[in-house]
Amino acid sequence: MCSSENNKKRVTWEGCSVLLDINDGDRLVFARLSPAAKLKIGNKNCSLQPLIGCPFGTVFQLDTSSDGAPFLSPFQPKGNINNTEDIKDGRFQAESKDGPLTGELRDNRSLIDNNTAQSLTGEDIEDMRRQGAKGDEIIEALIANSATFDKKTSFSQEKYRLKKQKKYAPKVLIRRPVARSICEAYFMKHPLKIGFLRVDTLSLLLSMANVSSNSDILVVDMVGGLLTGAVAERLGGTGFVCNSYLGKAPSMDIVRIFNLSDEICKRIVRSSISDLLSQKESSQQNPKHDDGSVESQLNNQMCASVSMEEISHSSENGISDLGADNAENIESSTFPALRACKAIKAGEKASQEIIDSWKENGFSSLIIAAPDLDTWTLIKDLLPLLSNSAPFAIYHQYLQPLATCMHNLQLEKMAIGLQITEPWLREYQVLPSRTHPCMQMSAFGGYILSGTKICSS
Amino acid sequence: MLAIDSTRKMSFNRTISNGDLAIVYARHDNMKPVTVSEGSVLQNRFGVFKHSDWIGKSFGSKVFSNKGGFVYLLAPTPELWTLVLSHRTQILYIADISFVVMYLEIVPGFVVLESGTGSGSLTTSLARAVAPTGHVYTFDFHEQRSGSARDDFEKIGISSLVTAGVRDIQGEGFPEEFAGLADAVFLDLPQPWLAIPSAAKMLRHDGTLCSFSPCIEQVQRSCETMQSNFTDIRTFEVLLRTYEVREGKMESLEIDGDDGSNGSLPPCKRRQRSDGASVVSYPSSSSVMARPCGEARGHTGYLTFARLN
Ligand SMILES: C[S@@+](CC[C@H](N)C(=O)[O-])C[C@H]1O[C@@H](n2cnc3c(N)ncnc32)[C@H](O)[C@@H]1O
Repeated sequence: MCSSENNKKRVTWEGCSVLLDINDGDRLVFARLSPAAKLKIGNKNCSLQPLIGCPFGTVFQLDTSSDGAPFLSPFQPKGNINNTEDIKDGRFQAESKDGPLTGELRDNRSLIDNNTAQSLTGEDIEDMRRQGAKGDEIIEALIANSATFDKKTSFSQEKYRLKKQKKYAPKVLIRRPVARSICEAYFMKHPLKIGFLRVDTLSLLLSMANVSSNSDILVVDMVGGLLTGAVAERLGGTGFVCNSYLGKAPSMDIVRIFNLSDEICKRIVRSSISDLLSQKESSQQNPKHDDGSVESQLNNQMCASVSMEEISHSSENGISDLGADNAENIESSTFPALRACKAIKAGEKASQEIIDSWKENGFSSLIIAAPDLDTWTLIKDLLPLLSNSAPFAIYHQYLQPLATCMHNLQLEKMAIGLQITEPWLREYQVLPSRTHPCMQMSAFGGYILSGTKICSS
Repeated sequence: MLAIDSTRKMSFNRTISNGDLAIVYARHDNMKPVTVSEGSVLQNRFGVFKHSDWIGKSFGSKVFSNKGGFVYLLAPTPELWTLVLSHRTQILYIADISFVVMYLEIVPGFVVLESGTGSGSLTTSLARAVAPTGHVYTFDFHEQRSGSARDDFEKIGISSLVTAGVRDIQGEGFPEEFAGLADAVFLDLPQPWLAIPSAAKMLRHDGTLCSFSPCIEQVQRSCETMQSNFTDIRTFEVLLRTYEVREGKMESLEIDGDDGSNGSLPPCKRRQRSDGASVVSYPSSSSVMARPCGEARGHTGYLTFARLN
């Protein structure tokens, strides 16, 4: 099903990977669409079949048919989704947001919080459902039967509506799984797996290493394959991204979440660092340096890990948010129907021929995101593999290894234009008379050491 | 600058030829673009450099002047170009540029519309991202500026990926011929809200828009206008903090007891303090230290992103 234009496709297809955003980021699920695929929302299991052939960006709502079966149907939004942090988090005091600014007359002084305000019982709601009431109708009924709704400020009314909507009419937005959305989803829900690599930091790595078509990029990706996937996406089926590693090949799970075409996947190869470093002659004498065990291990890894992955805080799965290795468990236990393995040929071992050509001509650039490897010894080995004037960028969560590395590169005169940068990213809520930086921000996106390799004198 | 043709890969240790553009690097804050021309010389405070000495050397080489001074010759990249281009307007820098390309989800093959062109700093990175099969159409209403940008695109070798047009985008919108064909639109205009309805018309379904504005009032109006056709409207500010690194040798002081026998290292200095205890300083171990640079760009602009409904 892979076409060369996957990354430009605006409509989903059977076998395509999607990012499902449930209730405005409350839950993020990566799924591969098939007629048999099922998604569990709350205690309801619904088929993902209706999502096949829909434009990305479509919002679905969970409804219940008259026979009680849950199903997803396209939803026409009335208003627009904006970053209204106020309503989502309710951090603002009603006074400051309504009173003086919008001239609202109501405030919340007479509201008493008790459980008698709602006269509809859970049973009533189930009855309504059985009679075929849609989620929206249930929400309207809840509002009509709320003794306090009319007394609420419009801000609180909106909050109430949103809360009920999430519960009784959950929404599912289909997003395209691309470097941006994949990085953001992991950073939000599973940051350890991607080494806490924030989206602005990832974007800087790609720029600083001049990732562009027809170039051969050497990477050390110990961030689950996110870096490799992001580089491959930018290469668009030209050049190569060579995933290099010490010892055993690291997991590249995340590569499979991208909708990379076969042409792009073929451009993702792997090689052990020792193969890249070995002298040309000796490696020819001993071409099977990378023994079968690594090979089979990797192929195993590639196929055993299922094509669907969920990252979620939800306790219903009994998964802790930071269990880096739990991803597979989540997917296989929650979505047994989706175990079909898609034979993506990403990450084949680099041929001796191409390794030799790299030895001769050098890589165009290098990106390292390897939190657990010693930065200086790694770069000392890898930098000579680059062509002269090639840029490089190294990501690390800690400053010290990069500072030491920068100092040594200066002493050894291996590179120029050396710089350590720390990106800073702040989001804003923009609303009439209520514009301000978001209350919550990520305080840390890691450090980058960048520079340009020069000819050794 | 970009390897548009796969037969001329950057990764092949390229040697410098007559007519090539090289970035002459003296220091990180002293770089200059030079088109190599046999017979020419480069003169700066390090001396006189003959271009003929450069031809045949590989990019990344150190070259010397008549006085023994030296510079490095680097192959141009969009990042280096942004640092050396001539500022005909305010320009975007690496942090904003990188974030824009990532957040607009630009990949090879995309059609991207941009206005204004300004000095072409962003355009260069947009061209890199859509290469080899996509295209960037960039518009500025200032004819001379647009012409200079076009000359630059020619000089750095990206003119097959970029078309620079002269047009009042706030007044007339983007050309009708692009309606429904753009994968992404970028605006860096004084009144972006005037161009947003046209941007909406140009974009494909689920296409992405970004508007860059230095002032929050501009952002406010842009966001209001986006409400009618766009979703997922988000505003960010991106900044970079840079660090300086040096090796520090520091003496460590330790206060000694009366017997003066503690510490396993031989003290190199011993001074008597007035209270009788002696202060011992040990030979320093050097360590590499890092701290943020004292000055930084405090604000560039706000980036507002949205997705066509
Ligand atoms: C700040 S510059 C853009 C800089 C550019 N982003 C860069 O990185 O080099 C803004 C440009 O918008 C152009 N401009 C202003 N109003 C315009 C309009 N109505 N139509 C087209 N271009 C316009 C100006 O001539 C100026 O060159």
